[in-house]
Amino acid sequence: MVKVALIQYPGSNCDLDALEILRDVVKARTDLVWHKDLAHDDYDAYVLPGGFSYGDYLRAGAIAATSSSLRVVRDAAEGGKPVLGICNGFQILVEAGLLPGAVLRNSALRFACTWTRLRVETTRTPFTNKAEKGQVLEIPIAHNEGRYYLDKELIPELERNRQIVFRYVNEMKEATEVANPNGSIDNIAGVCNQKGNVMGLMPHPERASLAVLSPDNQTDGRLIFDSMMGTMHRPGVYNE
Amino acid sequence: MTPGSYVVEVIVENKPLARDPEGETIHQNLILKGGYKQVTGVRAGKLLRMNVEANSPEDARAIVRKLSDDLRIYNPAAHTIQIRIIG
Repeated sequence: MVKVALIQYPGSNCDLDALEILRDVVKARTDLVWHKDLAHDDYDAYVLPGGFSYGDYLRAGAIAATSSSLRVVRDAAEGGKPVLGICNGFQILVEAGLLPGAVLRNSALRFACTWTRLRVETTRTPFTNKAEKGQVLEIPIAHNEGRYYLDKELIPELERNRQIVFRYVNEMKEATEVANPNGSIDNIAGVCNQKGNVMGLMPHPERASLAVLSPDNQTDGRLIFDSMMGTMHRPGVYNE
Repeated sequence: MTPGSYVVEVIVENKPLARDPEGETIHQNLILKGGYKQVTGVRAGKLLRMNVEANSPEDARAIVRKLSDDLRIYNPAAHTIQIRIIG
């Protein structure tokens, strides 16, 4: 049976939420692994949860990105295994250079905690292959440093490589300024590496995977975890 | 060559094209509101002051330059750094 590692850093605080969804909802065999104890690439997938690793000192994710656990994650990523970074996990993957760009302080200089609409821009990743392209998922955000940044001239290349996975949109599925909760360039909410097997996003799918937790009883976040599980049962088989 | 302890500052700023809402807010809502129209722009950054044992000021600067790159004291995708010896 496939096995998922959920990596804990000092200051992770969404680890148990993600654990509950992975174990009890998606039914994935999941180990909660302290980052220093992750020495070998013994798992089929890796999840880096949200939180405030190392107090967000220097920059969110910058210190955790130097943890020895990232060596294992990098090996797994090179081997094509799914690696998912949620919120602070996304920041760690960016700081470790596994994903392009940077995640800066929200443009409004305020902690943003709200439900957002995410448009699926590509279904080629192991985290979106059960979605339809253009489908909108309702998933909440909760962050102070979530403004995705990449030099403007590099965005077309990111688009061409199909590395933009989610954009913040309004109810008409349009990526407008009003729908952008943190000032991210081009409304980008999540990106993947070139191969597509490493993905990070600021929104929290684990907070949108139980009907009781969402304002309209939906479980859109599950789609990300269900896609990941489906991929692991058929390694190497992605959409497109 | 004067071996000793040097004080080296690293200033991390957003790249010129990456918006700096903190600097903009300080400029608009504090400095311009306070009547200092001569100030035409503000960029906020982060300052790290390090005490470094080295053989010379150049050596101290090189050590700090290397650690800034190796350990990603800044994220080159979004930031620039300046390194200066202050003593």
